[in-house]
Amino acid sequence: METITLKINDQEVEVEAGATVLDAAEKLGFDIPTLCHHPDLEEHGSCRVCLVEDAQSGSLMASCITPASEGMEIELDTELVEDARKMNIELLLSEHPNDCMTCDADGNCELQSLAYQYGISNPAFGTMEKAQFAIKDKNPFIQFNPNKCILCGKCVRVDNHIQCSDAIDFANRGSESVIATPLEEGLGGEHSNCVFCGQCVEACPTGALSYKPAQGKGRVHEFEKVETTCPYCGVGCQLELRVKDNQIVQVGSIYDKDHPNPLGEACVKGRFAYDFVDHPDRLSKPLVKKDGELQEATWDEALDYVAEKFSEIKDEDGGAALAGLASAKCTNEENYLFQKFMRGVLGTNHVDHCARL
Amino acid sequence: MKDSTYRSQVLVCGGTGCVSSGCQEVMDALENELSSNGLADEIKVVQTGCHGFCEKGPLVIVYPKGVFYCQVEPEDVEELVAEHLQNDNIVDRLLYKDPVTEESISNYEEIDFYQKQQRIALANCGHIDPHEIEDYKEQDGYQALKKTLTELEPEEVIDEVKDSGLRGRGGGGFPTGMKWQFARDAQSDKKYVICNADEGDPGAFMDRSLLESDPHRIIEGMVINAYAIGADEGYVYVRAEYPLAIERLQRALDQANEAGVLGENIFDTDFSFELHIKAGAGAFVCGEETALMASIEGERGMPRSRPPFPAQKGLWGEPSNINNVETFANIPDIILKGAEEFSSVGTENSKGTKVFALTGKINNTGLVEVPMGISMKEIIYDIGGGIGDDKEFKAVQIGGPSGGCLPEDKLDLPIDYDSLIEAGAMMGSGGLVVMDEDTCMVDVARFFLNFTQSESCGKCTPCRIGTKRMLQILERITEGEGKEGDIKLLRRLAKNIKSSSLCGLGQTAPNPVLSTLRYFEDEYKAHIYDEECPAGACQALLGAYVIDEEDCVGCTSCVDVCPVDAIEGEKKEVHTIDPEACIVCGSCVDECPTDAIFQE
Repeated sequence: METITLKINDQEVEVEAGATVLDAAEKLGFDIPTLCHHPDLEEHGSCRVCLVEDAQSGSLMASCITPASEGMEIELDTELVEDARKMNIELLLSEHPNDCMTCDADGNCELQSLAYQYGISNPAFGTMEKAQFAIKDKNPFIQFNPNKCILCGKCVRVDNHIQCSDAIDFANRGSESVIATPLEEGLGGEHSNCVFCGQCVEACPTGALSYKPAQGKGRVHEFEKVETTCPYCGVGCQLELRVKDNQIVQVGSIYDKDHPNPLGEACVKGRFAYDFVDHPDRLSKPLVKKDGELQEATWDEALDYVAEKFSEIKDEDGGAALAGLASAKCTNEENYLFQKFMRGVLGTNHVDHCARL
Repeated sequence: MKDSTYRSQVLVCGGTGCVSSGCQEVMDALENELSSNGLADEIKVVQTGCHGFCEKGPLVIVYPKGVFYCQVEPEDVEELVAEHLQNDNIVDRLLYKDPVTEESISNYEEIDFYQKQQRIALANCGHIDPHEIEDYKEQDGYQALKKTLTELEPEEVIDEVKDSGLRGRGGGGFPTGMKWQFARDAQSDKKYVICNADEGDPGAFMDRSLLESDPHRIIEGMVINAYAIGADEGYVYVRAEYPLAIERLQRALDQANEAGVLGENIFDTDFSFELHIKAGAGAFVCGEETALMASIEGERGMPRSRPPFPAQKGLWGEPSNINNVETFANIPDIILKGAEEFSSVGTENSKGTKVFALTGKINNTGLVEVPMGISMKEIIYDIGGGIGDDKEFKAVQIGGPSGGCLPEDKLDLPIDYDSLIEAGAMMGSGGLVVMDEDTCMVDVARFFLNFTQSESCGKCTPCRIGTKRMLQILERITEGEGKEGDIKLLRRLAKNIKSSSLCGLGQTAPNPVLSTLRYFEDEYKAHIYDEECPAGACQALLGAYVIDEEDCVGCTSCVDVCPVDAIEGEKKEVHTIDPEACIVCGSCVDECPTDAIFQE
């Protein structure tokens, strides 16, 4: 593998060809702020807060999209860098409401963190005083507040390149630019390909995109995070349950290349269909019908009852009188065991599965 | 042009400027008049491309004498045919009149506007019929391509272009030969040549003119480029607002394919090159090369980060060379006449000529091609005929929205890429807007910022939001609401937008503000601290309108025209303006027959 050697703040570092200046700086342990950069997404280079200075030319470059090149000398802490980063944060703040106190993203907002880090208590151009755009949420799952959008394009890239829905994109020009849906119908509209995977919400660095069912129910510092396997199908996606007071508030993504969903993917069920967990109608104990009514029973009682009835049917009418329907909520292994049990023990070939539909 | 089968030829300028001033009607009238006089077989009427002197259009030139008629209207045609074409008498009243001596000039080459010009790129413009490939061939057209394909190796072509010193005419001024070398050195089976004809600077129209007037020259330049870098396919990206250019270029492409100078096995060699036209959809930012390529690919026209440069990874990820229309227009001459002849014109680091679109408060407006190194003064006073209406010169804006405004003491500056940048302007695509004493420089900066902020693609923060913040500050200054600290804030914004924007649009957008701050800071201060607009252009800073009791004749014209009913008065009585209701629009001043309305 071809390598490249460069200097960052006078420290030498060797990186693989193709690495960016940001990669090289991170290898040395430097922390460069970013807003539009995400390691899993195609680079965009739009937010201009990861700027660094090329010591040889004295010009600024966005470290996330600039390929490292041999002999480069990069400075991270010059006055030019600091002022440009600060101004770009101030510019973003000028188009962003100052409503952190009531924002669901409080504590989980990268713009808020940067304003804090750069000590911008009094931004040069103020903040957005009056909402410029209407909130868009004509669907049950995702709310889009364009007033909080910083146009980093992460949602567009995650939607277009990872989920491949092409449900959203940039529209209009200049300061009128917005993230839009086809024909302004909103997510889930007639011409929308949105599958409500929720990955755009996960990618959003501010509170512009949020989970509708989670609104007002808790913020990041209140959450207990529980890593779990999605209960819905055999893929076994790894999800992060964000729990407050023993209730699931939202389901987040985990980014791990060893997971079956390495880029934090989920489907609408994994992301949003969790209210059954605490639903009062959910069965938590087996029920057996006695005297015409379902009554609580022990597992031994229930299983003995089922086994007895299966045996009776098999003895009287043969195994073929029995049929089994398996669930996509089971793992592949469980589904294998199920069909083996139906064929080998009960003696029937009548096996089906809801995923076949 | 000459055609021996006719005793005379009448060239009617058919550039977009003359089309707007009615050349088609003149052309029709001429043809009718000639037919009805039985002269159609003796005299040929030819519609040419742009002659450059749009101010005086529709232009008509009658050969063999080459008599230059200006502002010809259909009603003039009868006299023109009867006097000039039948009786050989020049129609004096239609000739150009020298603005100083008021003498008639019949030969256009003797007109100041043309005298100091040196036409290489525009050589054929206005002299040949752009619809006919044969007309181009008669002017040595496609000879450079023939020489390239049959006598030269690709490296020799590139060396010739390098030696010529030609630099990109689209504004950046990057050495063309070096750009070609990078594209040649890139390893790939597929390469592209792209012509950037997405001309968007307000007032600039040299690319349109070239495509409308001499499309084959551009095609020839592109094919030579394709051979040099090893490309087999190309695009001309023309803005859709140039329908005539697209129509004429398409016709030229069809003829070139037919004639074997484009397409498969050009000049019966192994070299083939396919050329397409791609019409842009009206975004200024698509003139930026990476946004232009994204647009050809069907993506939103948003610039991409460089590196990688187009020469390494361009259209559809393949090595591509992209040049401006005017750059390609210079190529055939360089190949045919040699780098030495080309580089004998110009300055040490800026060779050849440059086409400028001359507009503003100047007597002669139009398209001019001048040698590099000529002074601004010569362009404005000798070619442009000086400032109109006996006004004083104030500034010249050069380079469009990316350029800057230069004051009187910079008029002796030789025009070349480097001196202009040093002075705070840039060559840009060659827009030259002349301003007189009535122009407010803060308002000029506001005008250009309004343009760039609305044409920003919206991708990067400094350009999308920074230009809008700058515009808001400029707006409040021109409205008399400027604040202490505004100049400092403008400078800080300008510095950061320049240094941190993603593409050339943002990196140059603050130039109009920086250059006006550099040369006209006093005007900014007068607006902010004294609440005055020294040029008297910013309405909000002018005093209320008052009607002079002595001069008012009570005609009620002002009462009728006032859009907010701020003027009261009966017929034949002195009228009065309510200063509270008046919006200082100036409509009453324009309407008043006795100039009785003035500002306090």
